[in-house]
Amino acid sequence: MVFLSHLISGVSLGGIYAIIALGYTMVYGIAKMLNFAHGDVIMVGGYACFFMVTYYDLPVAVGVLVAMAVCTLLGVSIERLAYKPLRRAPALAVLITAIGVSYFLQNAAQLLWTSNPRVFPSVVGNTSLNLFGGQLSISSTAIVTISICVVIMVALTWFTSKTKTGKAMRACSEDKAAAQLMGISVNTTISMTFAIGSALAAIAGVLLCSAYPTLSPTTGAMPGIKAFTAAVFGGIGSIPGAMIGGILLGIIEIFGKAYISTQLSDAIVFFVLIVVLLVKPDGLLGKRVQEKV
Amino acid sequence: MNSDHPETQLVPLPPLNFVPERDAGQQPILEVRNLGIDFGGLTAVDSLNLAISPTEISGLIGPNGAGKTTVFNLLTKVYQPTRGTILFNGQDIIGMNTVRVNRAGIARTFQNIRLFNNLTVEDNIKIGLHNQIKYGMFSGILRLPDYWKQEKIAREQVGELLSIFNMGHLTQHIAGSLPYGAQRRLEIIRALATRPKLLLLDEPAAGMNPSETAELMENIAKIRSTFQIAVLLIEHDMSLVMGICEGICVLNFGKVIAKGTPSAIQNNPEVVEAYLGRRKEGGHHVEG
Repeated sequence: MVFLSHLISGVSLGGIYAIIALGYTMVYGIAKMLNFAHGDVIMVGGYACFFMVTYYDLPVAVGVLVAMAVCTLLGVSIERLAYKPLRRAPALAVLITAIGVSYFLQNAAQLLWTSNPRVFPSVVGNTSLNLFGGQLSISSTAIVTISICVVIMVALTWFTSKTKTGKAMRACSEDKAAAQLMGISVNTTISMTFAIGSALAAIAGVLLCSAYPTLSPTTGAMPGIKAFTAAVFGGIGSIPGAMIGGILLGIIEIFGKAYISTQLSDAIVFFVLIVVLLVKPDGLLGKRVQEKV
Repeated sequence: MNSDHPETQLVPLPPLNFVPERDAGQQPILEVRNLGIDFGGLTAVDSLNLAISPTEISGLIGPNGAGKTTVFNLLTKVYQPTRGTILFNGQDIIGMNTVRVNRAGIARTFQNIRLFNNLTVEDNIKIGLHNQIKYGMFSGILRLPDYWKQEKIAREQVGELLSIFNMGHLTQHIAGSLPYGAQRRLEIIRALATRPKLLLLDEPAAGMNPSETAELMENIAKIRSTFQIAVLLIEHDMSLVMGICEGICVLNFGKVIAKGTPSAIQNNPEVVEAYLGRRKEGGHHVEG
């Protein structure tokens, strides 16, 4: 029973990582860049929802929608202002820019909202579901998180495989030049990708803050790095890979905390990552790109 | 751009034996004047002049490295020309990017096939149909009636296009797993899906055996008659070029060395020299 309860918290935490990892992996798949500012977009989403719910007393649903809108706008603007001018620049320049944007967002948040941690109101409620005569209790946060993850994954898979925007995304990720010659605008497609990734980041931000109810300007940094790890773990560029990687990472982290050592849990997570990458350098579902000679 | 095509049907079908005559008075679909590009100090294409009638099949030939694919890259604006003008359908396309050139009506295939290998045949063609499918992202996410209607039309168009090339049974196959010849055909279909007025084929017969090449020639003729479009092709297979092209342009070292009908080209001494080398006194060929 304890095992099962740990497993559920693992899946729930992993689900949040998975949603964040989707943003990393989609952007990487299409723009071939690592958007390290993604984690901080989560933090902004958290703040947006926090202010809507506590200061303006709006319903949670409105808070989440506002957070999604703010993050979408933020993500698209970051892409336009910081990454688009570097479309032809070396990958390293874009990477450094992304790190710069990440620090910019953290510092801007400190300036605007101070570095004092805020207590995030639980947007889900604090009830829990008791099973097996109270032996297994599942918090409502875990239930909501897991259900939202499932919905997002199904919807996103459907979106990328069945709609024209999704197909344009897949076309751009396979061969940008050929896609352009088919009349698909790569810039528009990249903007769409940032928009979707950032909207998902907002949801992840709200879920994360509900599970761990403190909000500060650095809230997004660590989950951002872990979600990036999850994306690499699953095979960066692959959407199902990010989902599986995220969930596995969450389970490993919680099990590590529960059975080995709370202090070492992060080290364990990264140790597993290193082992996986040694055995399968492209991640669990990554495809080996054969260089043409 | 869509107004001249009703959405449910691809194009009205003219008789299959339609062969247009070369008409000097006709407004050309593509007119290239003094086109050139330099890469650093190297002039890859220079003072290229070209005119193609709206339903003409023409060939661009020349030895390896003559700049043929560069011409395609210039026409589709993958490269920005250093000088010259490109008039397409009466419109100056020199300032357009690749995407807008495609929307204006130029589509192409590639020398080394560039399909979206991990997607199905249907999805590859639907990507070609991208600009014909009209529904917004929200209709897509929320699956509004608009989405279903437009996707249905797209599916029908995919079916129609595939049936022209007898590939209807391959709809759900993964593009990368198709046999070579089918991949070549699919690439042409994908280009046609963007509803071009000019189709650029980069070595469509490369790697094909004579019977496949013969089938390809029939297909190219069928494309012209079905879609009423101009075709410009790069090809090394002279049986194809001479058998199907009404006009031929020969490039060597980035410059046009001859233009004309197949028979005129075949007997042009400069062309023979470019391909075989100069004839020395005594009758031996020297590598050019």
